[in-house]
Amino acid sequence: MTDQTALFEYLLRLGDNTLVLGHRVSEWCGHAPVLEEDIALANTALDLIGQTQMWLGLAGEVEGAGRSADDLAMLRDVWDFRNLLLVEQPNGDFGQTLMRQCLFDAFHFELLTGLTHASDDRIAAIAAKALKEVTYHLDRSSETVIGLGDGTEESHRRMQAALDLLWPYVGEMFTPDAVDDAMHAAGIAPDLIAMRARYDARLKTILSEATLTKPDSSYAQSGGKTGFRHTEHLGHMLTQMQWLQRAYPGATW
Amino acid sequence: MKHEWPLWEVFIRGQHGLNHRHVGSLHAPDAEMALKNARDVYTRRNEGVSIWVVEAQHITASSPSEKGPLYEPSESKVYRHPTFFDIPDEAGHM
Amino acid sequence: MYAQMVTSEATQDDPQKLAQFQARIDAGEKIEPKEWMPEGYRKTLIRQIGQHAHSEIVGQLPEGNWITRAPTLERKAILLAKVQDEAGHGLYLYCAAETLGVSRDELTEMLLDGRMKYSSIFNYPTLTWADMGAVGWLVDGAAIMNQVPLQRTSYGPYSRAMVRICKEESFHQRQGYHIMMKMAQGTEAQKKMAQDALNRFWYPSLMMFGPSDKDSVHSAQSMKWKIKMNTNDELRQKFVDQTVPQAEFLGLTVPDKTLRWNDEKGGYDFAEPDWSEFFEVIKGNGPCNTERLAARNKAWDDGAWVRDGLMAHAAKKRAAKLAAE
Repeated sequence: MTDQTALFEYLLRLGDNTLVLGHRVSEWCGHAPVLEEDIALANTALDLIGQTQMWLGLAGEVEGAGRSADDLAMLRDVWDFRNLLLVEQPNGDFGQTLMRQCLFDAFHFELLTGLTHASDDRIAAIAAKALKEVTYHLDRSSETVIGLGDGTEESHRRMQAALDLLWPYVGEMFTPDAVDDAMHAAGIAPDLIAMRARYDARLKTILSEATLTKPDSSYAQSGGKTGFRHTEHLGHMLTQMQWLQRAYPGATW
Repeated sequence: MKHEWPLWEVFIRGQHGLNHRHVGSLHAPDAEMALKNARDVYTRRNEGVSIWVVEAQHITASSPSEKGPLYEPSESKVYRHPTFFDIPDEAGHM
Repeated sequence: MYAQMVTSEATQDDPQKLAQFQARIDAGEKIEPKEWMPEGYRKTLIRQIGQHAHSEIVGQLPEGNWITRAPTLERKAILLAKVQDEAGHGLYLYCAAETLGVSRDELTEMLLDGRMKYSSIFNYPTLTWADMGAVGWLVDGAAIMNQVPLQRTSYGPYSRAMVRICKEESFHQRQGYHIMMKMAQGTEAQKKMAQDALNRFWYPSLMMFGPSDKDSVHSAQSMKWKIKMNTNDELRQKFVDQTVPQAEFLGLTVPDKTLRWNDEKGGYDFAEPDWSEFFEVIKGNGPCNTERLAARNKAWDDGAWVRDGLMAHAAKKRAAKLAAE
């Protein structure tokens, strides 16, 4: 794998994570439990869409084949997506959405913190902008997870169920592969193993305040960031997200 | 069972150096969430650099029926305003 | 408008107080929450502001319908920001209504069980991407006609909410028209979509202003109280006069064969919408009434455990803090 190929792959991972999660969160618009949450979720989704434009824009530049961020978002099929399995999981109830958000935000925060030191200035600059947004995302999602975990019997039960359901998707974030190793060696990506320790420590505090129990199993589903095997959910998301571009090729909007 | 989140009043400092100004209200379960909600609801267009929230029930307001006794007496204290004093132009800027 | 068919409440207050109240309004003073006001004024305002708020919230749904299908990342962000604004506007308006002694939950329940209404326009479906253009251009355009004068309404909190809303809304109509321009200048299919959207949204947009109320006693009372600033016909005329040239610029045809410029009145003559359809929609028989209310009810019911859960946590935190002191 050349450095350019690895870099392109890596940027797709960053951009596809925010693209897919931003899309999922935007599905809540108009349907949240209370107006204040509706507005807050839309802010998160807007941040993620903005980050997508930057990451995929840079990916297209690095690839050098003339593909824009929109081309990459709207005209690739499932096997070309490089997002984590976690972010393509359906919203479920509000608790499941916030648990997914919190599990991702805690990872995203560490990742972006590392990327602000990237040897590539373009990446460091995007990471610095995104980090400000994600610091708030994490603050909000962790506080909500704590509030709901430690709320009523029902909210506790739902949050534990959400954690149990999503836990198998946590491992993939921290399992390095050839792309991660190449990017780490190039002075771009942070060390995932060291990140995991910080992630675990933070999560431990959050879950303890939320009175939730981390599942015993360390089994991790995989196949998202390599594109080898996504879950069935992603394809359905793409049928919506890409519909107009696929149905009316070449049109401008 | 009624569990409506309490109402909070939101005050925002628009720019450095200005006072916080009342911008509106919202609902939140507690002060921490009220601050976050205020950030999400009332600063979407870059409107603030600092936020105060206070639970609406903790605000003590003057009564409209006392408007006369409370505020009208100051109307006659015109000497508190600089324009009350005529200073000749020759004295220079003051 | 967003508060169509709001009937004003009769008022049985002390005539002297009423006269003083009216004098304040005539002098352009704002009425503030704890000040004396006629019971009819208060009740009419609750109904009007509540209906306006409900319209913003239900109004999220037809456009929300396309957020996940927006054709580009930028269009997705713009549409999401716009629909989010509507949630914000609903929030500001509920807060304004709350100063009159009704809670947001009470208002919400009245929407959900059908005791309170929302604007007829949101019971129409959004079928193509061009509808996002048409809704922004026509529906927001019609709404602005009404909301701009309402910034001068007599009730302080309502007026301030409208000021904030108008400031934020200013991009909504423009983004809609921008979509329409792209479509009208686009491929044959896009042009067809644009025309189709105008065909479907023209008359429902005219209905937004409500039936003629020039002889209505309710309107007269509301206008006297400055909680309604113009008659429905005035606003409708203004809307048509503003919109027809915009349609021409797009190269689209307004679906009204009788439409023509009337030099004498300095405005267009145009066909009235089918008012029997309007009354059916208000009654609940519009194309999407069932779906819209079902969506709001589902969001409310599904969200109950979240609202309760966060409230319970806040109570525990408070108790722990007290115990620690």
